[in-house]
Amino acid sequence: MKKVLAIAAAAVLSASVLAGCTGGTDQSAGGDTVTIGGIGPLTGDAASYGISVKNGGELAVEEINAAGGINGKQIVYLYEDDENDAQKAINAYNRLMDQGMQVLMGTVTSNPCIAVADESVKDGILQLSPSGSAKDCTKNPNGFRICFTDPQQGEKMAEYIWNEEKLTKIAVIYDSSDSYSTGIKDAFREKFTALGGTVVTEEAFVSGDKDFKAQLTKISGTDAEGLFLPFYYTEVAYVVDQAKSLGLQLPYFGCDGWDGVIDQLKGNTEAIEGAVFLTPFIATAEKENIAQFVQAYEAKYNETPDQFAADAYDAIYVIKAAIEKAGEMDNDKIIQAMTEIEVDGVTGQMSFTADGEPDKVANFAVIQNGEYIIK
Amino acid sequence: MLIQQLINGLNLGSIYALIALGYTMVYGIAKMLNFAHGDVIMVGGFTMLVTLTALGASLGANPILLTGAAVLASVAVCTVLGVLIEKIAYKPLRNASPLTVLITAIGVSYFLQSLSLLIFGSNARRVNDFFHLGNIALGDVSISGNTVLTLAVTVLIMIGLTLFIRKTKTGRAMLAVSEDKGAAELMGVNVNRTISVTFAIGSALAAVASILYLASFNSYVDPYMGSLPGIKAFVAAVLGGIGSVPGAMIGGILLGLIETITKAYISTNIADAIVFSVLIIVLLVRPTGLLGKKRMEKV
Repeated sequence: MKKVLAIAAAAVLSASVLAGCTGGTDQSAGGDTVTIGGIGPLTGDAASYGISVKNGGELAVEEINAAGGINGKQIVYLYEDDENDAQKAINAYNRLMDQGMQVLMGTVTSNPCIAVADESVKDGILQLSPSGSAKDCTKNPNGFRICFTDPQQGEKMAEYIWNEEKLTKIAVIYDSSDSYSTGIKDAFREKFTALGGTVVTEEAFVSGDKDFKAQLTKISGTDAEGLFLPFYYTEVAYVVDQAKSLGLQLPYFGCDGWDGVIDQLKGNTEAIEGAVFLTPFIATAEKENIAQFVQAYEAKYNETPDQFAADAYDAIYVIKAAIEKAGEMDNDKIIQAMTEIEVDGVTGQMSFTADGEPDKVANFAVIQNGEYIIK
Repeated sequence: MLIQQLINGLNLGSIYALIALGYTMVYGIAKMLNFAHGDVIMVGGFTMLVTLTALGASLGANPILLTGAAVLASVAVCTVLGVLIEKIAYKPLRNASPLTVLITAIGVSYFLQSLSLLIFGSNARRVNDFFHLGNIALGDVSISGNTVLTLAVTVLIMIGLTLFIRKTKTGRAMLAVSEDKGAAELMGVNVNRTISVTFAIGSALAAVASILYLASFNSYVDPYMGSLPGIKAFVAAVLGGIGSVPGAMIGGILLGLIETITKAYISTNIADAIVFSVLIIVLLVRPTGLLGKKRMEKV
């Protein structure tokens, strides 16, 4: 009975969604379309991430539909706001399931993603998070992600600093109130120490702090050869500005949260010249598929896509590849197919392990003359 | 190292002191905690951003004139805002219970934050450098010119404020209102005007604090930039003895020093915990704060 109702609801709702679209999309619902749901914050503090994901996914859906859809079926793309709140994310998930969602592209942020994972595993559908980087986002067999995990980022940076920069003594500043930052920091310390290096000091701050002078003065009294800053670009800008005013000059290293730091510094980038950070996506990269994506995105949304938009864009193409590989809309076959596909996306060439983790090469970006350059 | 950290602490502390002066004046005279004070700082920051951007094209060639205009605009906007907040939100509640006024103040605080979130969005924005004072090197110690400026301005303001309250008619009216509102009114003191002037001065000080805050730590403004410094400055005011002008100054400086020294020599993880523990200990040992006066409660 529930199923009949769900199908009826899906038919009515997807018809009404399609009726709102312009252009010649297929009006029939049910078996002739693939319904992909997205969940992420469209309002609240983390809204910029959710909006980017919504847009990036929407762009990919439009491209795929224009090119004939997935196995000849048009994609119906539905997106719900979760305000970066676990309970609201579960409500959003239930609303989408009522509308006949077959694959979930989401959620965007870690805590809601973990909450929704517990629901989606019961329904058995594929859950592909574009950007949920906490370890538990992919704890269930149906959970996959596009982005690197927090620990993976820490390990890759440790290897880079040890192998490429040949530095042995690193100081770290991290946000002790943020699991993303502490996750990267812990993995970095473990890996860097295992390689033979020393983390000379770990200095904490909490979100909202603006005074980093005490930490920086302390670091200037150590023999650190480099400074690892695993947190978001807003605070990175504070740190490098204040380090400059204290006369502290060390090479900087960062994580993917750095995307946006040049805009944040409004051209005052000499303090951060030569800094290296790990990133899945750089809008100025000279790769053909990236250039096409950036151009199409800018034309449609009047802004440069960030990594969240890129992750979501890739996520939709990964879902397409998995469904095509599976050959039919069968949840188990699609999830099985995830480990067999290989996709060349705007965030790199990737395949997936059975644990749900992406297997892809880390890109390192260096800041030179106020621009991000791929190393 | 130690000297450098002490200077860092003095810098942070003098900004807390400036903000605490605003809290303490309003509390001393109007007997209310203006929790929107921190958000007036935020408005001051955004005024700097807007005026520097708007006038940058026409006055860009003359940085002193440009900075001066932006500073004046910031002080003017905050002063007017402070008086407006008092007239609209607090004056109708003059005889209401203190709890009502406190909750209204929190409401004003959220209103200002949400308003600037609507207008400017949630991203922190950079204000272009406006004080180009360079660094002073003394041996191993590097003191930024902005730190010296902050310290000097804070000391001058405290002296000026003390003289203003002791020597001028308006200042003495403030003291009278703070002693006994009813009696002051009977003696011909215009209580409403006196409270308005208090809010005007407190908010102007918030603007100055905002400018020095931007100059010494970072040049970024965001809608929530005032909340944490606001709370820390409140702690400073209570520590020094709320209602006392020199108390706010001493409380602010002490708090800045404690915070910086804790970060430097104990742990960055528990710095805030220590700062707030100091408040609790002071309140246990000396409930009126370091320089607070004991008031006899009439039964």
